[in-house]
Amino acid sequence: MLEIRNLRAKIGDKEILKGLNLTVRAGEIHAIMGPNGSGKSTLAKVLAGHPSYEVTGGEVIYQGKNLLEIDPDERAREGVFLAFQYPIEIPGVSNANFLRMAYNEKAKHDGRDELDPLEFDDLLQERMKIVEMDSVFINRSVNEGFSGGEKKRNEILQMAVLEPKLAILDETDSGLDIDSLRIVANGVNKLANKDNAIILVTHYQRLLNYIEPNFVHVLYKGQIVKSGGKELALALEEKGYDWIKPAGATA
Amino acid sequence: MAQVAKEKNSNFSAYKILAGMREGMDPAWLAALRAKAGARFEEIDFPTTRNEEWKYTNVAPILKVPYREIFDLDADGLTVERIAPFTFVESRHSQMVFINGIYSKELSDLSGLPESAVVTSLAGMTEEQALVASRHLAAYAKYQDDAFTALNTAHIGDGALVYIPGGKIVETPVHVIFISTSEEASATHPRVLIIAGKGAMATIIESYVSTEDNVYLTNAVTEVFAAEESAITHYRLQEESEKAFHVATTQVHQERESNYVSYAFSLGAEIARHTLNVVLTDEHTDTTIDGLYVVTGKQHVDNHTTMDHSKPNCTSHQLYKGILDGKSRAVLKGKVLVREGALLTEAHQLNKNLLLSKDSSVDTKPQLEIFADDVKCSHGATVGQLEDDELFYLASRGIAPEQARALLTFGFAEDVISKIKLKSVRKQLDKTVLDKLHQSLDLE
Repeated sequence: MLEIRNLRAKIGDKEILKGLNLTVRAGEIHAIMGPNGSGKSTLAKVLAGHPSYEVTGGEVIYQGKNLLEIDPDERAREGVFLAFQYPIEIPGVSNANFLRMAYNEKAKHDGRDELDPLEFDDLLQERMKIVEMDSVFINRSVNEGFSGGEKKRNEILQMAVLEPKLAILDETDSGLDIDSLRIVANGVNKLANKDNAIILVTHYQRLLNYIEPNFVHVLYKGQIVKSGGKELALALEEKGYDWIKPAGATA
Repeated sequence: MAQVAKEKNSNFSAYKILAGMREGMDPAWLAALRAKAGARFEEIDFPTTRNEEWKYTNVAPILKVPYREIFDLDADGLTVERIAPFTFVESRHSQMVFINGIYSKELSDLSGLPESAVVTSLAGMTEEQALVASRHLAAYAKYQDDAFTALNTAHIGDGALVYIPGGKIVETPVHVIFISTSEEASATHPRVLIIAGKGAMATIIESYVSTEDNVYLTNAVTEVFAAEESAITHYRLQEESEKAFHVATTQVHQERESNYVSYAFSLGAEIARHTLNVVLTDEHTDTTIDGLYVVTGKQHVDNHTTMDHSKPNCTSHQLYKGILDGKSRAVLKGKVLVREGALLTEAHQLNKNLLLSKDSSVDTKPQLEIFADDVKCSHGATVGQLEDDELFYLASRGIAPEQARALLTFGFAEDVISKIKLKSVRKQLDKTVLDKLHQSLDLE
């Protein structure tokens, strides 16, 4: 589904990704871990097409297409989804309207029927159960006045509505209390299936107590320096990142 | 100065004709008020940009036009059906319609109002109604130092009186519509007097619209008197022709424990100026003045507001938002005055502007003047563009850039529009704002 080869990217003059390789197949859950500043969030944003990041080398093939040549909104309609670490607030636009607009853009793209507000509401009510979200959030402005946990749940609700093929969750567990963490993780587990793939970008092992990844990768200074199974995450939890660093590297 | 004075005389002397036409028809006090205001108008000059209150708005283009005065009703083929787009379903049977400043009984419909509500043309008041009006008309909007207000006051003929006697609650909103139809440049001087007696409650919509895309002048003055414990919600919809000039003052007088809410929308006119002054004369009043201006092309909109706190324990909130495109310009000067002794005042003021083009500009000046202790006041102003992070968030959900811009802009406006309780007013504003920005959204 996703093939990243020797990806290099910078923001301003600062190179952050320095030749990153990763292969993700349908049905897989990958966790990308690493210390602060290693490039985890940059990878997430580059895959979604954030305009502040410039790709300076390498390639990203998504479902046989060169992902880097596709506009961000088109990537989303093609099934790439980024759950933001810091979701944006959109005052004045209700969650329901926003979600329906996003849903219909994708439906149009896929050649499916667009839904009117009533039809969409049925779908929304059903998907809201996945993240145990209360109906009051639906008529409130997108993320406005939401707590950190509510914002993250709202991201997963969007994922549930849009049903992406490739979902990238950027630090979705950060700033969550234990209940929100459980709800968000359960939501992701319900949405994972054999046809989609999920990349979890996280700093901590705790999310992986709830979502079991097939692969764990350690990102360090813009490169993946170690890959393994879920036991790698446990080892990181126990020993920190220092033992991973390649020979000659300094923190 | 001589130049201005000459233009003033030749261009705006119709009140003299009006005085002759209405001789013997109005109460003596009203005729005298007109005469005094006319005399004062002769003595004072129109403001220039040297005047601090008019620093950013040059009225010279407004004064240059040779206006035609209109004294008689000419419905110009307008019918109830044709004016339907300017009306609201909630107030279809509680609306007063003025065509080029003249009251149209045929197009007005007051059948939906309770008998307790007095809604009448100022030219058609009973003696009893006139007695009430005489205590308030020109009592708040001072004409002595303002040429536009003096001119308006000298022209009081038709106009709207909305009087809700003490203790009465009028649930049906009263809509006062001023429609301009003139193909020649006309000058009209709409006057509205809103009086809420003790404990009375009412909703008033005041709107300014046009059927033609023409040059004309609306010089409006509205006075609001909120007696103790009364509650007034006041919508002001300025949707004039984009070639027109609109100069207006709304002067509000609030007594003890009264509540006044104003939503002022400024969408039309080439040059628009609205002065909104709220004077809080006693304790425990509550005031909200929210506004939205959306300007494009070469439009110029100027809002001057004053919240005058003179007694303790009053609260006021102000949120004015602006969307600017093209080469438009907006001015906001919002003064919050907390006088000596106005202890425990709570006053908050915020002005936010969204610039959609490089060539649009805003002069915003929130101003706090505090002469009392133990008050809670805040003010602020922002001027910004659509943020990359916001656009990216929408893009990451599959929303194309054009739609994303429309959605964010709409959301910015909706922050104010969504507070409107009357559904058809809200819907109409949604549509007007989107149309004006050449955007469309499929929303509920």
